[in-house]
Amino acid sequence: MGHQVLTGAERRHVGLRKIFDRVLPIILSVAVFVAVATVASLLLTVIITGGHRLSWNLILNYPSANPEDAGMRSAILGSIFTVGLSALICIPLSIATAIYLVEYSRGGRLSSILSYNIANLAGVPSVIFGVVALGFLAYWLGMGRTVITGAFTLAILTLPLVTVTSVEALKAVPDDLRFGAYALGATTLQVVRRVTLPRALPMMLTGGILGISRALGEAAPILVVSGLLFIREDPTSLFSKFTVMPLQLYNWISRPQPAFIELSSAGIIVLLLILLALNGAAIGLRQYLIRRMGQNWR
Amino acid sequence: MVTVTTNVERLKKSTDRRRYTDRTFYTVFLLSTLVSTAALIIIFATLSLESFEFFTHVSMAEFLTSTRWTVLFAEKHFGVLPLLNATILTSLIAIAVAAPLGVMIALLLSEYASVNIRSVIKPVVETLAGIPTVVYGYFALYFVTPNLLRPLWEGLQLHNALAVGLMIGVLIIPIVASISDDAMSAVPADLRLAAYAVGSRKSDVALRVVLPAALSGVSASIILAFARAMGETMIAAIAGGFRSILTFNIGESMETMTAYIAQVATGDAPHGTIEYQSLFAVGLFLLLITAALNYIGIKVVKRWAIKY
Repeated sequence: MGHQVLTGAERRHVGLRKIFDRVLPIILSVAVFVAVATVASLLLTVIITGGHRLSWNLILNYPSANPEDAGMRSAILGSIFTVGLSALICIPLSIATAIYLVEYSRGGRLSSILSYNIANLAGVPSVIFGVVALGFLAYWLGMGRTVITGAFTLAILTLPLVTVTSVEALKAVPDDLRFGAYALGATTLQVVRRVTLPRALPMMLTGGILGISRALGEAAPILVVSGLLFIREDPTSLFSKFTVMPLQLYNWISRPQPAFIELSSAGIIVLLLILLALNGAAIGLRQYLIRRMGQNWR
Repeated sequence: MVTVTTNVERLKKSTDRRRYTDRTFYTVFLLSTLVSTAALIIIFATLSLESFEFFTHVSMAEFLTSTRWTVLFAEKHFGVLPLLNATILTSLIAIAVAAPLGVMIALLLSEYASVNIRSVIKPVVETLAGIPTVVYGYFALYFVTPNLLRPLWEGLQLHNALAVGLMIGVLIIPIVASISDDAMSAVPADLRLAAYAVGSRKSDVALRVVLPAALSGVSASIILAFARAMGETMIAAIAGGFRSILTFNIGESMETMTAYIAQVATGDAPHGTIEYQSLFAVGLFLLLITAALNYIGIKVVKRWAIKY
């Protein structure tokens, strides 16, 4: 009897609302579908256009005006040199920063100012790092448009990202362990070296790998620093001229001939495979260590 | 007695040494932390000093109001408006893509997804930010424009702002999604329970309770994503072209501030020339805008964080 309160129109309205309630999650899922579809069609396009151009020549040969035997040897070596060196600068620096922020001055005023600066650094557009490195490192300090300048640029660019993961890694270590060590009379340095750092290091390295994969994909800052899209000689020292993989790809993408478009697709496949391997390594490392650490903490 | 004194001395020595290493390492850690701050100062100082050189040749008024940017031509005009216009147009298109999709993903993650589904969706969405931007540029130029946009829009140029904006939009979806998701997950469960107690459906809770309650976090995510979009370089350089003309037609090629920087960097701009200095002036201008946006974004996030 109470059901009679609703008129026909109202009942229809409630019915619609009921249907809407059911389909809302499906509507929202469309956004995820768009994301997946974009990645999928991107991969398909690249593989269909460039899959048949994959060959060892692509990795072993120098770039050439003839797309048939052009390769990105010098760019791959340039990427390994610059990104490798940038990781050697960035990862220790990030870990040291995280130790200071978490273990030495947690919650302090200075610490919050410094954290704020790291957040600000993360907001600087990547191309700006290139412009500043060109003016400051390459010309004012006279380091030239070389591998070492590129490495410093990428190191500072990835610093906020890797530092944030390192900070989280240290914060994830239970305070009980710290208190226990301090109660036994350990100094802060001893606590860091024997207790917190060993436990946080795996997650820090995962962050480091993610930083490396970010640096490998960066084109804009290196474009400004190096100014070269392709080069026909290997980098041999810290002061060599160089280019990196994304820039070699940029060069091939910008050429209108179909053969170069195919070549760039093949190069993109190589770059994506390397990034996939790095990310896989990071995830694998994390899973393995979480399992191992879980036992340690018990 | 003799042994006791030596022991005390040895102890004192060891404590001293420990204190010394402690202090050394403390200094190393502190100095490392200061690197980020030093980098910020160097960034600002370098851009300012070179821009200062630039503005001894070009008046600030011309830079900010002239509608022609022809620095790389014989007859030079230094009006940054065409570049600014292209940057803002492409970023607005990007936000038009990323804001709805990112917020939808965030709602799905915070209100509907189980822990397992979450652990699948999150990495998939994050992948969008992990793809190198040259690859997006390639995709915009050789897939999106010819296969998706040209059939719908006949007069579309090969290089155009629309495809650039769409691809930047895809790139920044994860920024909107993850910050909005954090904001929505921070909405107290009490609000949801209260809504259910008065008979709300799940969709009402999501759209009329959680979304409004997380609105400041959501808007912050959009501001931060907009700043990221303005700084994107390679997509704009590859798919937007280097045509520095003031136009509002997003079907045309137009050069963003970042694309101009890329163009000068690959071309011939010797140290000390006005072309070289223009890199820094444009860079500083871009940095000031994005820094202001980031500042507002972070402020909004902080304010919302205090609320609950």
